[in-house]
Formats: sequence, C-alpha cells, structure tokens
Amino acid sequence: MNTTMNASDTLALLPLLILAGTAIVVMLGIAVKRSHELTAGLTLTGLAASFLSACAVAPLVPRQVTSLLLIDGYALFYLGLIIASAAVVAVLSFQYFAKHDGQREELYLLLLLATLGCGVLVTSVHFASFLLGLEILSVSLYGMVAYFTGRGQALEAGIKYLILASASAAFLLFGMALIYAATGIMAFSSIRNLSLGGSDLALLLPGIALSVTGIGFKLGVVPFHLWTPDVYQGAPAPVAAFVATTSKTAVVALLLRFLGAGTHQSPAVFFLFSVIAVASMCAGNLLALRQNNVKRILAYSSIAHFGYILVAFLAGTTMGAGAVAFYLVAYTVTILAAFGIITVLSTSEADADDLEDYRGLFWRRPVLASVFTAVLLSLAGIPATMGFVGKFYILASGANAAAWPLMVVLVLTSVIGLFYYLRIVVTLFSDVPEQQFSMQELERGGAFVLGGLAVLLIGFGVYPAPLLNLIRATIGALN
Amino acid sequence: MILIFLIVVLLLGGILAAISARWSRQLPRWISLAAIAVDLVLAARIWTGRSFSASQAWYDEVNWNWIPSFGIHFHLAVDGLSFLMLILTFFIGIIAVLCSWTEIREKIGFFHFNLMWVLAGIVSVFLAMDVFLFYFAWELMLIPMYFLIVIWGHEQRVYAATKFFLFTQCSGLLMLIAILALYFMHHQSTGVYTFEYSELLGTTLSGGAELAIMLGFFVAFAVKLPVVPLHTWLPDAHTEAPTAGSVILAGLLLKTGGYGLLRFVIPLFPRAAHEFTPVALALGVIGIIYGAVMAFSQTDLKRLVAYTSVSHLGFVLLGIFSWNPLALQGAIMTMICHGLSTGALFVLVGGLQERIHTRDLNRMGGLWTVVPHLSASALFFSLASLGLPGLGDFVGEFLVLLGSYKVSVALTVVATLGILASTFYALRMMQRAFFGPNTNSWQLPDLTPREVLIMAVMIIGLLWLGFFPQPVLNTFAPAMDNLQREVQMPAAALRSEP
Repeated sequence: MNTTMNASDTLALLPLLILAGTAIVVMLGIAVKRSHELTAGLTLTGLAASFLSACAVAPLVPRQVTSLLLIDGYALFYLGLIIASAAVVAVLSFQYFAKHDGQREELYLLLLLATLGCGVLVTSVHFASFLLGLEILSVSLYGMVAYFTGRGQALEAGIKYLILASASAAFLLFGMALIYAATGIMAFSSIRNLSLGGSDLALLLPGIALSVTGIGFKLGVVPFHLWTPDVYQGAPAPVAAFVATTSKTAVVALLLRFLGAGTHQSPAVFFLFSVIAVASMCAGNLLALRQNNVKRILAYSSIAHFGYILVAFLAGTTMGAGAVAFYLVAYTVTILAAFGIITVLSTSEADADDLEDYRGLFWRRPVLASVFTAVLLSLAGIPATMGFVGKFYILASGANAAAWPLMVVLVLTSVIGLFYYLRIVVTLFSDVPEQQFSMQELERGGAFVLGGLAVLLIGFGVYPAPLLNLIRATIGALN
Repeated sequence: MILIFLIVVLLLGGILAAISARWSRQLPRWISLAAIAVDLVLAARIWTGRSFSASQAWYDEVNWNWIPSFGIHFHLAVDGLSFLMLILTFFIGIIAVLCSWTEIREKIGFFHFNLMWVLAGIVSVFLAMDVFLFYFAWELMLIPMYFLIVIWGHEQRVYAATKFFLFTQCSGLLMLIAILALYFMHHQSTGVYTFEYSELLGTTLSGGAELAIMLGFFVAFAVKLPVVPLHTWLPDAHTEAPTAGSVILAGLLLKTGGYGLLRFVIPLFPRAAHEFTPVALALGVIGIIYGAVMAFSQTDLKRLVAYTSVSHLGFVLLGIFSWNPLALQGAIMTMICHGLSTGALFVLVGGLQERIHTRDLNRMGGLWTVVPHLSASALFFSLASLGLPGLGDFVGEFLVLLGSYKVSVALTVVATLGILASTFYALRMMQRAFFGPNTNSWQLPDLTPREVLIMAVMIIGLLWLGFFPQPVLNTFAPAMDNLQREVQMPAAALRSEP
C-alpha cells in the first residue's frame, strides 16, 4: 500500500484539513482578541468552507489516502452531515452563550476539534485512525460537557463522561489488540474479507465484542447507556445536541464501515447486535415514561432510536445502509431542532428542561410550539415528518431481510414511545398557568436555524425523493 | 385535478380559519363552512363530469410520481364508493361546524384548523389508491382528531385522547408491516416494486402469508370500525370529545374502517378473507349484541350513544364479510345512515349538555315539557337508531340481514335479536331523559334556529334515505361490481383448476 501522498490525495483531504486549520486560526484569534462574535464567525466560516470543499472534492473520490483514511461518496455524505450539524450547533451555541458571561470562546475551539474527530471517524478504514478520531472527539467532549465549571451538574456529567469514555476506550483498544492478534491486520476491509472460521474465532469474536463495547458506549445503546441521561441533562443544551447528533452519527458511520454487511453472516455477531437492539428499544422507551425532564426524555428516546437504527444495520444490504443514512439525517434534523428550542427558551440561570417550562407554550409562542410539536411527531414517526419516512425505510429494510421479530419489537416499543411524546405535546397545548414566564427574545440566528430545520423536517417528510436519491448515489459506494 | 383541489381547499381553509381568528370570532366558522361548501360544489362537478363507459373504473383520478425509488405514487381516484363517502364527509363536516357554533368559545381559530385538517385527512383516505398514500393519510388524520379531543374535550380528555391515539397507532403500525410484507412479496412474484392498489390486487401469496398480511390490515380497520374486543377506546373518545369531535368520530372516522375493509381487505386477500369469514361474522354479531347491552346499562347519555355505534357497526362488519350484493348494499347504507342518525344524536346530547351542563341520565327527566322540539328530534333519531321502517337505518340493517341470511342463518337470527335490544336502549333513553316528571325543575331554552336547521336537514336526509335508497345503491353498484370481480377472479380460477 502506498504511504506517500500526492497532490490529489491532499485535495481529497481538504474538508478535514480546513477543519484542522480553522481550529488553529480560532485558537490564535482567541489569543489575539477575545471576542464572542469574531470567534463564532470564524468557526462558522471554517465549517462552511469545509462543507463546500466536501462538495467540491466529490469528483475526485473514491480515493484511499494512506492506509488510514478512505475518502469516498459514503465518507463525503457523512462528512457533510457532520459538518452541517456542527454548524447548527455553533449557531445555537452563539445564541446560548450570548446570555452568559465569562470565557465563552474556547467552546468553539473544542467544537471544531470534536468535529474534526468525527470527520476522521467517518473516513477511517484502519484501527489507528479509528482510535485517533475517537480520542480527538472524546477529549474535546470532556471539555464541552463540563464547560460550565460553576454548575455542579455539568461537572458531574463531565467527570462521568470522562471516566466511562476512558474505560470504554480501554476496552476498545484491547479488542483491537485481540483482532490484530487473530488476523495480523489492522485495516477494516481485511477483517471483513476474512472468513470467520477456524482457530481465529477464539480471539476474533472476543475482539469484536470488546470493540462493540467501545462503539456501543459512544452510541449510548443498552447496556452502555448509563451516561446518556446525566450527560444530556448536565451539559449545556447545544453541547448535548452535539453529543446526541454529530458524535453518534460519526460512530454509526464507522460501525457500518467496521462490520459492514459481511459480518452478518456470523450468527454470533448478529445475535449480539440483536440483543443490543431489542434491549435498547425496550429500555429506552420504558425508562423515558417516568421522566419529567425534557432533556432526559430526549436522552432515553435517543437510546431507543439507536435501537431502531441497529435494526436497519442488522437488516444489512444496500437498503439497510440507506435506511441507516436516512434515519440519521432525520434524527439529526429532529434532535437539533429539539435542542434548538431548548436553547432558545433557556435563561442564563438554567436550561429550560423541566416539562413545566413548556406548559401552554402553544398559546404563548405558537410558532415555537408548532415546531416543537413537529419535532415530537417526527420522533414518534408520524407521517409528513422526516421521522416517518425514516421509520418507514427501516421497516422496509427489515421486511426486505424478513427480520419480522425485530420489526414487531420496533413497532410495539415505538407505541410505548408515543406515550411520552404525547405527554409533552399535551403539555404544550394545555392551558397557560397563572405565573409569569420570562420571555426570551428569539434572536435572528436561532430563528433562522430553527426555521430551516423545520422546513427540512416537513419538506423531506412530504417529499423525500431528493434526499433518497442523494443517499442512493453516495451510500452505494460502501459495498 | 379536482381531487387535489378537494384536499387543498380544506387545508387552506384550515390555515385561513386559524389566521382569521385574530380579527373576528365568527370569521373562522364562516371560512370553514365556505371551504366545505366549495368542496361540495367540486364534488358535484365530479358527479356531472363522470364518464359512463364501463371500462372506466374511476369517475376521476390523479396519478403523480411521488417517491420513485420506492415505487410510490400520489394516486387519488374516485369511484361510486369513494364518492358516497365524500358526500357523507362534507355533509357531516358542515354539521360539525354548525354544531360547535356556540359550544366552542375558546381558541376558535385553532379549533377550526383542526376540524378542516381532519376532514382533509379523511377525504384523502377515501381517495387514496396508492397503499402508501393511504397509510400516510390514515395516520395523518389522527393528529388533528387527537388535538380536537385533548384541547376542547371534557373532564377525562387527556386519558381518552391518548388511549385513542395509542390504539390507532399501534394497529396502524401493524398495518404498515403488512403493507411492506405485501410490497416485497409482490416484488418477489412479479419483480416490480409498487404500492399501487390496482397492481397489488391479485398478488399471488402463499396461504399462511396471505392470512398473516390480511390480519395486519384487518386489525387496523377493526380498531377503527370498531370490532369488539378492540373497541375500548371508542366509548372514552366519543364521550370526552367536544360535540363536533364526536360527530366526526361517529360519522366519519368509524366509516374509514368499514371503507378499508371493503376497499382493501377483501379484494386484496380474497382467499384469506374467505377463510376468516366465520370469525369476522361472529365478531360482528358479538359487537351488535354487546354494544346494545352496554348501551342499555349506561347512565352517561353520551356514552350510551357511543355504545350504540358499536352495535350498529357490527352490522357493517356482518354485511361486508357476508360479501353478497344485498349484504354489501346494506353495509354501505348502514354506514351512511349511522353517520346521520348517530351524528344527530351527538348533536342533541351536545346541545343538552350545553344547556344543563351534565350528561347524567339520572339528573334528567321530564325534559319533554321543557324543550319539546329538542325532545321530539331526539325521539325521531332514537326511532331511526332502533330501525324504524321508513328511515334509512332500517333499510341498511334489513339488507344486511337479508344478505347474511344466505351465509349463516344462526348468526342472522342472533343479529336480529340485536335490533330488538336496540328498542330497549333507545326507549330507555327517551324515558329516562325526556319523559316523566320534571324532578329537577329545569327551565331551558329550546332549539335555536341554527339547531332546528341542523335537525331538519338530518331528518330530511334520513327520511329520503329510508324511502328512496335506490340512488345511493345505484351509485354504489358499479363500484361494488368491480370489487366483487376482483374477489371472484381468483375464486373462479381456483374452481377451474382441477
């Protein structure tokens, strides 16, 4: 394999290089002049440039850059999704931190680095780059989650995330070592092509199982989900949005590369993932029932949603990969909008995460509440939202693979899920209580982002054909 | 294109109504009425513009590509069956707007928004000829209905609305799995990915798969219809909904279940449906008797009327699964007449509740002397409900019984007992509420001109359907022939095989 890089390779890496470069520029910018507006502006410019370059390098792909990274349609699709969601998080952060005093600028630096880590993950085809990407992401997230050092909950969430993420990374490393010992290869593709049989199995299967621990932790699926509600609740709303969408998207994209469709032939791995999927769907939806904190409800619902995504992953084939991609886009748009609303309603003292903060919102802020209703209906998978098309796609891929038991579990648990989404909807539309609410001004940035997300949510829910075509054109490159 | 306008007019009417509430409290009501009236005119244009050639199955249709990668089309079409359902929808829609004229005093704009959108969803359900589009509309019409119950409902509204939503969603998702199974099995046998109704007809399925998929569809429609034991959401939802909500639930939403059985379950899965017939007929008869008995023992007037729906729609199930011309004509007549008679009863109960602020039968009595017009109207619709000859309900139930007699004498006899039982609950309701001494010394205003108008229209409608049912049956006949042809073809093929 060639280890030298030529000019075209460098060009193909442009999206990642721009991200890294922006991080440096932002760091120097903060050193020269501390300005919230300037830092946020630089960050957004960098993210926009990186997104455009990802579109621009599309004709050059697929291109293997060293043995570590593969830039293909699949990688570019997920790069685009990650960068776009990071940009939304940046806008929300600007809105959120404008209400706070103190040193706010470093958050954007961490955000850029975390995005870079995600970018490395989705392009990674090798254990070395996998670990590198994961650690860049994790270390930045520790800082972001605990950004409010003055808030007890934030510190608790940060420490919790730090300890559990380090432990899971250790499991992952050990798993990699075992796989390497069994195969002598560190590239994903070689593992996938290897026949799972013979004496290798004794080392290979534990190796895969331990790697799944590391991946499962980042996805927050059962039984690696314990950090999710606390981190969602403790972290500032935009950071929680990043943890929920961008970082999970990157890890799912990596999971498909890592295990691909080939390993599904192994009954042990299929069984392992089936158990995780079923447990996540059940536990996520059941645990959310008793919550009164919107962020915690979103956390538990995300556990269930990644259970759904695993169903499509298990269904395999190009259709399964397409379903995963569509669902991730739908999920990202929906969750970003949800956290956007939380951000907009939050005050400098506390995040608006108590269910009571939302009582009668429709009669006070009809537009905001309508968007939130659309978000909840999308999470519940009701037609005319992206969430419905995503769920339909997953069920279709399940039917295609004749995975009837998993589909029935998905349907029954999502009915349970409906119950707590409806609870929030009822709260939104109930009568306005007597006490006065602080009316947070909706700033232009936040309004623009929320409006855009709502348009995507409904637009692709009613007419998903363009997005489906894009996915078909890019995800096909995976296999 | 008219079919698109039918839906768009209602959607736009809803948005306009919501916006106009800022300036006036009456404007949303007039806008809603106008939107439905426009739809009625459009429907009349479909009627006059329909083609009479036998080869043309549809009066009118629209077929656009929607999601090509899945083979999904935006396909709307109307035949006699859909047309009758459309007219019923607009008629009940107007009644729903009129009967909430004084009842709804808060959040008027949003109320009419939801009213218009639920009607739009129902219209789409009756028009959709792509199974995906059908499911899309099927689910979408629930949301505004949910809001109607949860915002403007009575004491237990949140419980009732959530129960309604969960029942219908769960059964709906099972139908979605069945739809997808049908989709992929159709692809296996033909190599074509499509959700198109006309192409899915006659898909060859193995016996077990056909039965499983049919049950997926059946459960979704059985929850809506409702079929005992899947009916438990209905008494709660009907009782807690505002009057307009109850009228739409009873008059229209339940009919989507019957429509689904007629349009999809039996034509798509004729052999499985044939195997399932004894069970379905038995469920129908159980529903008739159970609904009547439960209605008899209620003290909440609205709940009583709700249980009569369970009983009447048992006849619809009986008629549809008997699957001969008489029974089918009876089923469609029952669906339409039940919409009118039960809708009217809900309007009356709503009016009564607006006046005396209770639905408890024990607190009524002697109302005939106080509100004679209201009481007389109630007597009329109770008689319709118990199947008095000369009124529409009688025609429907009589035809169903004639048809089901050919299939099963024993079940028909039991179902006839259901008509007898309906006499008891209807007369008990009249006696408890309207006759006897006025022990509570109620002093109430009688029907307003608006209410008289509603009642007059419904009374004339029921009389007309009772004495001259032939136009309805004639409209339905070609559609029924088409449906029956789909079912008989595989059966004939089976017979000619050996």
